[in-house]
Amino acid sequence: MLVPWTQYLNSNHFYLLDYVFDSSSTQAEDINRLHVYFLFAAAFILFVVIGCTVLVLLKFRHRQGVDYQPKSLSQKWEILTIGVPMLLVIVFFVLTLKTMHRVLPEVNGRKPDVVITGHQFWWEANYPAQKVITANEIHLPAGRTILLKLLSADVIHDWWVPDFGNKMDLVSGKENYLWLNIKKPGVYHGACSEFCGAQHAGMQLTVIAEGEDDYEKWLTSHASLPAVITDTIAQIGEKLFTEKTCGNCHNISGTSNRGRDGPDLTHLASRKTLLTGLIENNKDNLGKWILKPQEIKPGAKMPDFKMDKQSADEIVAYLSSLK
Amino acid sequence: MQSSYEIEQPRAAYKDYKILRWLTTVDHKEIGIMYLCMATLFFVVAGLFALLMRTQLAVANNHFLGPNIYNQVFTMHGVTMIFFVMVPALLGFQVYFIPMMIGANDTAYPRMNAFSFWITFFGGLLLYFSFAAGGAPNAGWFNYAPLNEYNYSDSPGIDYYCVGLLLAGTGTISTGVNLIVTILKYRAPGMSLKQVPLFVWMGLVNSFLIVAALPSLNAALSMLLLDRQLHAHFFNTASGGDALLWQHLFWLFGHPEVYILILPAFGIYSEVFQVFSGKRIYGYAFVAGSTVAIALLSFGVWVHHMFATGLGNTVNAFFGASSMLIGVPTGIKIFNWLGTMYGGSIRLTVSMLFAIAFLIEFTIGGLSGIAFSIIPIDWQVTDSYYVVAHLHYVFIGGSLFSVFSGLFYWFPKMSGRMLDEKLGKIFFWLMVLGFNMTFFVQHFLGLMGMPRRVYTYPDLPRFTLLNLVSSCGALLMGVAILVLFYNVYKTLKHGKPASNDPWDGFTLEWYSWALPGMKNFEEVPEVKSRRPFFDEKYPEKADWKNND
Repeated sequence: MLVPWTQYLNSNHFYLLDYVFDSSSTQAEDINRLHVYFLFAAAFILFVVIGCTVLVLLKFRHRQGVDYQPKSLSQKWEILTIGVPMLLVIVFFVLTLKTMHRVLPEVNGRKPDVVITGHQFWWEANYPAQKVITANEIHLPAGRTILLKLLSADVIHDWWVPDFGNKMDLVSGKENYLWLNIKKPGVYHGACSEFCGAQHAGMQLTVIAEGEDDYEKWLTSHASLPAVITDTIAQIGEKLFTEKTCGNCHNISGTSNRGRDGPDLTHLASRKTLLTGLIENNKDNLGKWILKPQEIKPGAKMPDFKMDKQSADEIVAYLSSLK
Repeated sequence: MQSSYEIEQPRAAYKDYKILRWLTTVDHKEIGIMYLCMATLFFVVAGLFALLMRTQLAVANNHFLGPNIYNQVFTMHGVTMIFFVMVPALLGFQVYFIPMMIGANDTAYPRMNAFSFWITFFGGLLLYFSFAAGGAPNAGWFNYAPLNEYNYSDSPGIDYYCVGLLLAGTGTISTGVNLIVTILKYRAPGMSLKQVPLFVWMGLVNSFLIVAALPSLNAALSMLLLDRQLHAHFFNTASGGDALLWQHLFWLFGHPEVYILILPAFGIYSEVFQVFSGKRIYGYAFVAGSTVAIALLSFGVWVHHMFATGLGNTVNAFFGASSMLIGVPTGIKIFNWLGTMYGGSIRLTVSMLFAIAFLIEFTIGGLSGIAFSIIPIDWQVTDSYYVVAHLHYVFIGGSLFSVFSGLFYWFPKMSGRMLDEKLGKIFFWLMVLGFNMTFFVQHFLGLMGMPRRVYTYPDLPRFTLLNLVSSCGALLMGVAILVLFYNVYKTLKHGKPASNDPWDGFTLEWYSWALPGMKNFEEVPEVKSRRPFFDEKYPEKADWKNND
């Protein structure tokens, strides 16, 4: 497997804790600020415990032949060991409440900007206002607060882009929401974080955050139908796509293929990757995937159609023309 | 009065052991040893699973194990380690030593004791039979709905998971009942509940936890089995069931369960710290009382496993607060143990070394645990490798180290021979080094965005490096375990014979013979304080005389 995104990722985290100190959304900023406070408090406590242990060990080692008189520690230390943790608990609880309400305020009837649906093992993104549906490469606007609605089509999945901070589960039979204000455009990598079956590991997530203009442009291009096919091989591929029942699972707008169980392929050729970012989107990979899906992503729901090489090539020609 | 604690015990009763004898025994000591053997057996298997996983994860995009195998392996690793290693190992020590520490000759219900062991063991065998029956469970040890339903997991593994855990759970509950009755009714004359050793006190609280928590799991398992076999709709969202109901039921059991795995450990450490510091526990009432506080709180924190499921801020705030509070009684204990060592005469035996290592490892695990109660931080780190790091710090640094500590402490009483301290120290250092190498880096992997339960991961910056460090650490732990096994083997073959009281102990088990026979005691000394055997040995310094 290969993640072609690695080269595009704009996070240049070098030190291990950069992930805590560097945030790409205002939500992550809030969370990470609290996390840094916590790290300091935790480091202090750990330091005290290690320090006390070492001191006690140095001072009170058993010495052969030395008669010792057991000494007791005064009871007032017990008050201290309750008092200090209690104080820390109160401080952090208040901070927790404040941060929690900032990161995840009430929805109050606001319409979601994007509806994300988790499937075994891919992501569907639906932009209800523009009637755009796409998959796996999720385009979001940077620089403003948006609301994501999270749903699941089957088992529980979990939305997590580490640079954006918080996770939220996609639970079947439940509607969850997530607020997001991405600070700057770029490509962000994430993954499904709730174990969801055979290809949980193969359920990566890519968010492409764009400035307002680029985002609008992308939405407009995806709201329209792909260009009419002129290439003859691609035209054969288009027919084959329907004949081989691909359309039972995949939707291609403007055709009779209306399936919703697999990723929407209307603008497949405009995506940089396939299979949630596991392989690059090129004719070669697409052909391999159609011929041997279970070898490339074992456990994925795409069945092996035992297709011959020529048919596969024709379908690939069709799909690669869907810009 | 029994004046014979220095006399070599006649070992006739142990002379002609035959298999049949082990199969039919109702003696609590033999059952305790069988629990430990069972834990060892499953530990080897689940430990090999862990090594397989770390081999698979050593480098990015590895294809050593496919997803199908890996998902079975990580599920079986978790289920086995929790239900068939840690629970039986800690129950083994409790079944063996609780009666001895309270001066009793057996548990209250010896036959039920044997029943509990066998049904737990058969539960484990049944779970493993799933490999032959078409595939082991593969949805993780907490087996979330609706992935655990027939339409998403059609291999029979999850049915075996249900039945195996139901059997083991029944065994555990009956041991819980047995221990409660034993502790409440079979204490030596004069031993009030305020005088029982802390290991026994923890065992009592722990048994109540078992009896109260396991039914929730059993209910959930039965419902799941009905769903899978008879098409009921408890958790099947496609037909109106509730996916989160499983999580509520499971964690209502699951969170007390992690305390079921740590309270007996606290008990072992409390004994070890006292004996090897040559001092009474600092703040007996605080240790005992904070245990009760932890036990009660443990039933009100389960939602902290579910902060990311979208239950809403109000619910989350309540459970965040209760989870943070648990840090307080736990923190108290750490300082009680430090206070016990303070002013003592510390002997750094292997048993004590593990107890001291526990103080620090468990503090790390406890602190990363607090991170989960701070809800926004939980949203960031939950379900990532940060959780894997955290839970291994508490399970290994807390529970497993207590088993090692208890093993070196009580091995003389169980086998009549002393484990080799020199080999023990090699084992200790390899273990501590390997353990921290394996799991400390996983905190960073989690923060960097590696979700847990992935069979492979993309080649992101530094992912391979940290995972490789982690895998090397796991290998080191494997070597450490081999050293331990060699030590046990060597000791059983020709180890140094133990005296009745090799550590200058305080509690009644050391008053019995080096290798107790069917009967633990001819008679027990009158109990007037928390250290009856200490009083017996040093009448001029007896606790009940000077109350400081």
